[in-house]
Amino acid sequence: MLQSRLRKTFPQRPDSAGFSLDLEFEATAGVTVLFGPSGSGKTLVLDAIAGFTRPDEGRILLDDDLLFDGAAGVHLPPQARNCGYVFQNYALFPHMTLRQNLMFAAERRPRLERHRRVNEMLETFRLAEAAGRRPHEVSGGQRQRCSIARALIVAPKLLLLDEPTQGLDAPLKDEFYDVLRQVRADFKTPVLLITHDLDECFELGEEMLILSGGKIVQSGPPRKILDQPANIEVARLMGAFNLIPCEIRALDPGRNTSKVQVGEFELDGPYFPGRFKGDRVTLCVRPESLVVSTRLGRPGPNQIPAELKRAVEKAQWVRLEFEGGIVADMGRAEFERQRDNKDWFIEFPPSMLRVL
Amino acid sequence: MPIDWFPLWLSLRVAVVSTAVALAFGLWLAYILANREFRFKEVVDGLVTLPLVLPPTVLGYYLLVLIGRASPLGKVWETIFGSPLVFTWKAAVVAALLHSLPLLVKSARAAFESVDRSYERAARTLGASEWRLFWRVTLPLAHRSIFAAAALAFAQSLGDFGVTLMVAGNIPGRTQTVALAIYDAVEAGNGAVARTFVLVISIVTLLILTLANRLNPR
Repeated sequence: MLQSRLRKTFPQRPDSAGFSLDLEFEATAGVTVLFGPSGSGKTLVLDAIAGFTRPDEGRILLDDDLLFDGAAGVHLPPQARNCGYVFQNYALFPHMTLRQNLMFAAERRPRLERHRRVNEMLETFRLAEAAGRRPHEVSGGQRQRCSIARALIVAPKLLLLDEPTQGLDAPLKDEFYDVLRQVRADFKTPVLLITHDLDECFELGEEMLILSGGKIVQSGPPRKILDQPANIEVARLMGAFNLIPCEIRALDPGRNTSKVQVGEFELDGPYFPGRFKGDRVTLCVRPESLVVSTRLGRPGPNQIPAELKRAVEKAQWVRLEFEGGIVADMGRAEFERQRDNKDWFIEFPPSMLRVL
Repeated sequence: MPIDWFPLWLSLRVAVVSTAVALAFGLWLAYILANREFRFKEVVDGLVTLPLVLPPTVLGYYLLVLIGRASPLGKVWETIFGSPLVFTWKAAVVAALLHSLPLLVKSARAAFESVDRSYERAARTLGASEWRLFWRVTLPLAHRSIFAAAALAFAQSLGDFGVTLMVAGNIPGRTQTVALAIYDAVEAGNGAVARTFVLVISIVTLLILTLANRLNPR
């Protein structure tokens, strides 16, 4: 288990805005995802744990090993930390073959065991055929597997991955997810993974830490965060683009219902614990939760009439942008049937509504 | 009149030894400059580069003060080896070093700094000591630039005139390098010897520069 409390400040300079990292978290077995926008300090966290940067204060404890303690002046070099690191560009040594890359990592083991271990890893990660080739002569998938194998060969207590799927095409990403699932099953090494790909969080993450401006703004299982974002910023990062100002008009905990006023319309919602009648809040709904239909007759329950401004075509679906900044996703086939339609009803399913 | 080839052999020997010394000391210094942060780092870099721009007489004077028979260093040398350092071919090596070392340190520092940091970081997380990291990762990745720099340093060491004259003298058969021999030949009106040496040294240097260019990664 990794326990860390980190604080590091970069003073404001004429050429840089200054930045301060201040956070505390734990990561247990399984995959913990560090998620956040660029410049939120994700890589800095990884570098501090690996020992590339020294925090100003704090404490990093990996199982029973103290890696860093600001107060006690403990700051182990990367060599002594037992953390595997998979770099964004994989950092496979270009002048060595894949086998030599693994051998380099295994060199601290006894000579006989070294060869056995390297061969084992080459088998496990399906690299036996490419073992004699150099990194630039093998495929992207092989490079990726080799960098993970190389990091794991030293039997690290923690595996750090810095945006491992950045710039990969979809099949390679899927391949990577499979490899990492295998790693999780076979090696039992806790993994800390940086990404700013939301899908990746759900593919891999048991736990998720959302970073913003050097702080953790929310943590928990991805599903839970998606379901109940802590604030508007998290909601935005998690892809909930409908953030609509509204007022709570009624609350009924007994029947688990509420009524919220959005513009001139009143919508039914679930009971919102901790809120009061008359609170001005932000209604938060995910684009894929909204149901849109052709405007026919009078609006039904929880339907709002809206005019379509723009339709953005994605691979699997179409994102409809309505007047008033409401965004809804629709299946492509469904959209094809109604594409000439200008006036729509947007239905807000009551159970999908959240307020912030 | 048969040509005495001694000056050419001496020059080559001086250049080989000075390049070797420059490699041993220069690589270490360049690695420190490229990887460590310390106060006066740029001052050290400047001191190493200084010989490239100072006039040869100034350098020669410094060297005489530094390794002359009266200086502490010169005395230490004399007690250990039994003979003075100045006015021997070894002094010519020191003179040549002043040209080869700065070139080597400058290029090697740039070469080390151009190695992607993530390779070194990766090696560290894999438990490699700084020593192993240097020999197995950084140096192999920078080796082409460093060979090129060494070739340039070698070519530079071949051609020194002023500093060699001041600290090693111009003793025919003992410290007379090719550059000095050419000067003497011209002074004595010995055109054939001068022409031969000029031609040979030009060809050798051109060959080395071509080699350096081919080694340098584009």
